[in-house]
Amino acid sequence: MDLDDTDLEFRHEIRAWLSENVPTGLSSMDTADGFEQHREWERTLAKARLSAVSWPAEHGGRGASLTEWLVFEEEYWAAGAPGRVAQNGIFLLAPTLYAHGTEEQQARLLPRMARADDIWAQAWSEPEAGSDLAAIRSRGVRTDGGWLLSGQKTWSSRAAFADRGFGLFRTEPEAERHRGLTYFLFDLRAPGVTVRPIPQLDGEAGFAEIFLDEVFVPDHDVLGEPGAGWRVAMSTAGNERGLSLRSPGRFCAAADRLLALWREVGDPSDTALRNKVLDAWMGARAYRLHVLGSLDRPVGAEASVTKLFWSQLDLALHETALELLGPAAELAGPWLDGYLFALAGPIYAGTNEIQRNVVAERVLGLPR
Amino acid sequence: MKFTLSDEQRQFAQALRDALRQSTSWDTLLALGVHEVESVPDLVVAFLELGRAAVPGPVVESFAVLREPSSTLAWPPHVPYIVDDADHVYAIVHDTRYRAILEDARSSVDPARQLHEYRLGEAVGPIDGQAFDRGVLACSAQLVGLGRALLARTRDYALQRKQFGKAIGSFQAVKHHLADVHVALELAEPLVFGAAVTMTASDVSAAKIAAGTAAYQAMRTALQVHGAIGYTAEFELSRWLLKVRALVTAWGTESFHRERLMAALCG
Ligand SMILES: Cc1cc2nc3c(=O)[nH]c(=O)nc-3n(C[C@H](O)[C@H](O)[C@H](O)COP(=O)(O)OP(=O)(O)OC[C@H]3O[C@@H](n4cnc5c(N)ncnc54)[C@H](O)[C@@H]3O)c2cc1C
Repeated sequence: MDLDDTDLEFRHEIRAWLSENVPTGLSSMDTADGFEQHREWERTLAKARLSAVSWPAEHGGRGASLTEWLVFEEEYWAAGAPGRVAQNGIFLLAPTLYAHGTEEQQARLLPRMARADDIWAQAWSEPEAGSDLAAIRSRGVRTDGGWLLSGQKTWSSRAAFADRGFGLFRTEPEAERHRGLTYFLFDLRAPGVTVRPIPQLDGEAGFAEIFLDEVFVPDHDVLGEPGAGWRVAMSTAGNERGLSLRSPGRFCAAADRLLALWREVGDPSDTALRNKVLDAWMGARAYRLHVLGSLDRPVGAEASVTKLFWSQLDLALHETALELLGPAAELAGPWLDGYLFALAGPIYAGTNEIQRNVVAERVLGLPR
Repeated sequence: MKFTLSDEQRQFAQALRDALRQSTSWDTLLALGVHEVESVPDLVVAFLELGRAAVPGPVVESFAVLREPSSTLAWPPHVPYIVDDADHVYAIVHDTRYRAILEDARSSVDPARQLHEYRLGEAVGPIDGQAFDRGVLACSAQLVGLGRALLARTRDYALQRKQFGKAIGSFQAVKHHLADVHVALELAEPLVFGAAVTMTASDVSAAKIAAGTAAYQAMRTALQVHGAIGYTAEFELSRWLLKVRALVTAWGTESFHRERLMAALCG
């Protein structure tokens, strides 16, 4: 039981580097220009070996421990650095590559990912397969030296501008729902791929539909065993819900900004609003401590506990800030951007209803 | 930045849990050395178990605040009456400890808690500066423990009670209530341990607010999911339900702790 900061040197190095390098005034990553500006920022991070600090040096990281990674994240968000355009690859695909990929795949794909040469999109959802992911219909058919993928994916974040996609395809049409699925890595610019951007609530093309018509994927771009895709995918889902994508640093930084906003414009006699500010501050702190306290435990169904928590916390932080801003809240600005993003939190990475089912069934042991 | 329980702390918790399952008497507590616990994190470990077992008596007052096994106190305005009874009875006024003389009994919402009015006797000396916050944290840990016990019992009941031909725990409305209680408790507990490490006013007050809220949510859900049986006095559940209600306002109400937290953060 100890909260002492044993990582001071690392923290200072990161803080100093960020204060020199964090860019300002980038356009939204959901525009063509903004996407490339964010890619440049990823490359700047990569040169300092900070785009994927926890990876081994040969893949472009610096072998940081989990605690150091948390420190990095705290400093990153406290410095006001931009959202990570490469996050799907770095935080979702990479852990899966480490768990299920071959050495050849790791050596080929990870350094390119760290340098943002390849920015990845997650191609899981389909029009008929949202919460019920095992209902996917897109298929892969065996061909010489590889597979031909056909079908339709949807809601794929950043696919409008990204380079490559990862997703599940049905390769054994006769098999049961969760079997006969294979995990493929494919090129978003390969012949046979059509990407149609879909504007999100804020009007920008944050996600996209992907149509595949006999898209060739070589054998070396199958992740894990053919037919074992569900198991491979579930290890990615754990990362998406768990801490790797939603590190406490982001929420702590937002909570600090909220507190600063309260000091600036808050009315001390408005106790209802004051309480919301306090709840958000406590929530961010609770989440940080929860993560620190569970570092020695593997992430399993527990990830659903944190997913429920961070998605609600993110909304509460931003709703409270907008309430504090009053009528000015409708004007474009960082709090409004953050709010629009937070609105999707209870929907993506498995909706919160589905996460409550997971907690009830797998953590508390209630019947399905 | 290690923030997990040590092996000794885990063993202590397990020993207490096992022993308290047999008996919640004070002899059990003394035999396991609860009165000798020194560090605040260890105190939190112990009070989570005391809460889980709904141990009666002035546990916060004697083990956490006074650190004397046979004593109790009042600390107005947050603990306005003497809690239960003991060989030595005190009242704290402006950080000074006075002997207190018991007067009329007052009944608490928790029948296992006896409160007394009192009259001040002679001053004994000052009380140490962390005593109040130790009381708040012990009470917070007890609340989380009570909440955990309520959730576990409710889960068991939901597995066993059948309506419409199925265990009620298979209904999604019930599942979702219980999942929310689990999340609230899981995220309140780290605040309690975090405050035990730092002992700052803001962290201690945040811990009490979060623990009180989570335990209260556990209490309301437990009662709802048990249905009418939960509403009966004979049924064991009431021991946990009513202790939560009493402790939510003991050692500082939510609004007191919110004032204190805001003052610490923006002061
Ligand atoms: C901003 C954003 C980004 C996204 N990015 C990606 C991405 O990069 N890649 C990708 O593949 N997907 C992405 N998604 C899609 C996301 O994963 C799905 O939206 C999500 O899985 C829910 O599916 P659905 O939208 O089809 O809703 P549905 O599954 O149709 O659900 C609709 C409603 O019904 C409820 N419901 C459904 N089944 C149950 C049940 N069994 N019990 C209780 N309630 C139920 C849901 O909780 C929800 O409230 C993104 C979504 C958003 C909003």
